Amino acid sequence: MNATTKTKTMKTNKTNLTDEQLERFGEELDALRQRVLADLGEEDAAYIRNVVKRRQQLEIAGRALFYLPPAWPLAVAALSLSKILDNMEIGHNVMHGQYDWMGDPGLNSRMYDWDTMCPGEQWKYSHNYIHHTYTNILGKDRDIGYGILRMDEDQPWRPQYLGNPVYALLLMLFFEWGVALHDLEVENIVAGKRKMSDNKPLYPGLIRKIRNQTIKDYLLFPALTGPLFPLTLAGNATANLVRNVWAFNIIFCGHFPAGVATFSQEECEDETRGHWYYRQLLGSANITGGRLFHVLSGNLSHQIEHHLFPDLPARRYPDLSVEVQEICRRYGLQYNTGRLSKQLFSVASKICRMALPDRKAEDGDAPVTQDALAA
Amino acid sequence: MGLDLPGTILRSRAVAALAFPQGIDRYLEQVNPMWAAHEVRARIVDIRREVDVPGHPPVATITLQPTSTWRGHRAGQHVQLGVEVDGARRTTRVFTISSPDSRQGDRFTVTMRANPGGVVSRFLVERAAPGTMVHLSQAQGDFVLPDRVPEHVLFISGGSGITPVMSMLRSLQRRTHRGQVTFLHYAQSPEHQIFAEELDEVRRSGHGIDVHLLHPEQGDPNLSPAYLERLVPGYRDVPTWACGPAPMIEAVRAAYDESPALRVEYFQPPRTSGTSAAGDVAFTKAGLEAPNTGAPLLEQAEALGLSPEFGCRMGICFSCTALKKAGTVKNVLTGEESSSAEEEIRVCVSAPVGDCVVEL
Ligand SMILES: Cc1cc2nc3c(=O)[nH]c(=O)nc-3n(C[C@H](O)[C@H](O)[C@H](O)COP(=O)(O)OP(=O)(O)OC[C@H]3O[C@@H](n4cnc5c(N)ncnc54)[C@H](O)[C@@H]3O)c2cc1C
Ligand code: FES
Repeated sequence: MNATTKTKTMKTNKTNLTDEQLERFGEELDALRQRVLADLGEEDAAYIRNVVKRRQQLEIAGRALFYLPPAWPLAVAALSLSKILDNMEIGHNVMHGQYDWMGDPGLNSRMYDWDTMCPGEQWKYSHNYIHHTYTNILGKDRDIGYGILRMDEDQPWRPQYLGNPVYALLLMLFFEWGVALHDLEVENIVAGKRKMSDNKPLYPGLIRKIRNQTIKDYLLFPALTGPLFPLTLAGNATANLVRNVWAFNIIFCGHFPAGVATFSQEECEDETRGHWYYRQLLGSANITGGRLFHVLSGNLSHQIEHHLFPDLPARRYPDLSVEVQEICRRYGLQYNTGRLSKQLFSVASKICRMALPDRKAEDGDAPVTQDALAA
Repeated sequence: MGLDLPGTILRSRAVAALAFPQGIDRYLEQVNPMWAAHEVRARIVDIRREVDVPGHPPVATITLQPTSTWRGHRAGQHVQLGVEVDGARRTTRVFTISSPDSRQGDRFTVTMRANPGGVVSRFLVERAAPGTMVHLSQAQGDFVLPDRVPEHVLFISGGSGITPVMSMLRSLQRRTHRGQVTFLHYAQSPEHQIFAEELDEVRRSGHGIDVHLLHPEQGDPNLSPAYLERLVPGYRDVPTWACGPAPMIEAVRAAYDESPALRVEYFQPPRTSGTSAAGDVAFTKAGLEAPNTGAPLLEQAEALGLSPEFGCRMGICFSCTALKKAGTVKNVLTGEESSSAEEEIRVCVSAPVGDCVVEL
C-alpha cells in the first residue's frame, strides 16, 4: 500500500521512510530472524557437514589427480572448487558464527581457519566487525574500495585513481593476498591515521599463516608428486588463482553494482535497529542464479540476506529472500538483484567511471536515478 | 604402550602441514568416525539399566569403546562427554568413569542418573542406542587413589556419587589390594541401589572389603561422627574418599574436622559457598541488572531468564566462559577472589562480591 509513496520523486535509491515505518520494517525483519533461529536443526547441520565432506572429496581428488599429468586440468578444477567451497560456503559462513549453535568445534567461528593466506582470526575483526557493522558508511567501512580503489562518487577523486581498473585487476588476481594484507590498513598508515607499530601484533599470526599455506601448496604437495613437482606447483597456483578471481567477482558484485547506496557517518549516528537493516539492504546487491551457483558463491549471491542476517546459516538465504522481497515491495524499498553478467558489467563500468573525475555538471543525478529504476 | 606407528605418523608435523589448516582429524572422521589422531571419540557399545524404579529417574551404565587416542584413566577421574542431540546440537556434560583404571584405547563405562530435565543424561539413558558416537575429553581430575594404596581406606558415597569410589573399589580388586577397605554408601532405598548385585557379591566374598549400604529414609542411621567412629574407630586418620550430594559432603567434612585424610569430590558446587548478597549484578548483552544474590553468576543469569551456555557447571569445561567487565568475583570452589579489571571468568563457579558487570 505504501509502495505507491513515491518512487517517482526519488532522487536517489534511498527511499525515505518515516521513523515509524523504519521501526516496523525492523520489527518485521527481526521476526523473520527469530523464526529461522527457532527452526535451526538437523537439516542445517546435515547440510553443512555434507558440504564439508564434498569439499574434502574434491580436495583429495584434486591432489591425487596431479599424479596423472593428462588429468592436470581436472586436478586444477577439483582443487579450485575445493578452495572455493572452503572459502565461501564453509569458511566465510562458519566464521560468521552461522553454525556456532551446533557446538561442533570443527564448525565453530572461534576455531575455524580457512584455506587462504589471511588468518581467520584477523579477517573476523575486519570483516565481521568493521565491514558488517559499518557497511557502506564512507570513511568507516574499509571494504569500500579496500583502501586502494575508488568505488564511490563521494570518495574525492585524486590523480592516482586513474589506475583504478589496473588496481582492480591486480586485486582480483592477488585477492587472497589483498585480503591477508587488508588488516594492516596500509592506507590508514599512509594517511597518518594508523601507526606502523599498531601492526606489530598482527605480524606473527600473518607470517605463520602465509608460511603454512606456502609450504603446503608450493612445497610439500608438489614434492610428494616427485618429478611432477613443477606441474603440481603450477596446478596449485592456478587453483589459488581461480579461487581469487571467483571470490573477488562475487564479493564485488555484492556491494558495488550501480544503485547500491553508501551512507555518510552523520546519517548513521545513533542508528536504530530499523535503520541498520535499511542500510544493510540498500548497501548490498544480489546475483540471481541456480542452486550450484549459490552454493559456490557461499550464498553471497544473496548478499542482501547475508547482510540482514549475517549469523543465520546461508542455506536459508534463498528462502528468506522471497520474504525479504515481499517486505521491500510493501515499503517501496529497492531490492538490487540481477544476473551475474549484468552485475559484473555494472561493477566493471563503475570501476572505470570512478577512475575519472566526476562530471557533475553534465549528468547531475541522472545516472543514479536510472540505476535505481533499472534495479 | 606398544609402538603406535600409524598414530605417530598421523601426529607428525608433516601430516599436520599437509592437512593445514583443517587438521588431519577432519579427514579421518569422514572415513571412519573411530579414526582419530588427536581428538577423542567413542562408540557406545552397551547401555544397561542399573536402577529402574517406576516413577523415579532411571540409572544406566553406558559402555564406551574409545578411539585409540584415549590415554586411559585413573580410578576416580571424570571425562567430558558430548552428545549430538537430534544430530545437531552438541551438548557436553561431565561424568565419572565407573569402571576400573583403563589404559590407552581401553573400553570403559560411565554410570548416570537420567535427570528429569537433563539433556545429556536423558539422551544417553533413554534414547541413545549402541553404535551412537559421542565426543570425549581425556580423563581429568585429581580425586584419585595414590599409586601406593594405604593399608586401610574408607569410601563414603551417596546416590550417583558412587561412581568414582566404585571405580576405585574395582581397581583395588583388580590390583589385588591386600589391605582393608570400608565401603559406605547412602541410597534412597534398596531398589535405588546402583551396582547392587556386584556390591552384594563383594560383600559375600569378603576379601577384606567391608560393604555398608544404608538407607536413612528407611530408618538406617544417618551419617554422623558417632556412627563413623563406631564403624571405623579413629576414622579421622583413615585415608578417606567421599563423593555425593552437597549436603552429604558437608556432613562428612564436618565429621572430619579439617583432617588431611579426607578427600572429597563434588558433582555440584557446594550450596553454602556463595558470597553474601550485596551490590548489583549487570548483564550487559541482555541489558539486565538485578541485586546480587550471592549465587554463582550462571545461576543469577538463569534466574533472570537468560540461558548462557554451560557444560559441567563445575568449572571444568570452560564452556560458560564470559568476560567480566568490572567487579570482584569469588571462586565458589576454592574461595579465591579476583578483581582484575577485565578478565574471562567461568560464570558457573564465580559468585560476585558486591557490584559486578558481566558480558552476558
Ligand atoms: C566431576 C563431576 C563428575 C560427575 N559424575 C557424574 C556421574 O558419574 N554420574 C552422574 O549421574 N552425574 C555425574 N555428575 C553430575 C552431572 O555432570 C550433572 O548432573 C549434569 O548436569 C548431568 O547432565 P544432564 O544432561 O543430566 O543434565 P543437564 O542438562 O545439565 O540438567 C541437569 C539438571 O539441571 C536442570 N537444568 C538444566 N538446565 C537448567 C537451567 N538452565 N537452569 C536451571 N536448571 C537447569 C535440569 O532440569 C536437570 O535436572 C558429575 C559432575 C561432576 C562435576
Ligand atoms: S559450565 Fe563448565 S566451566 Fe562453567
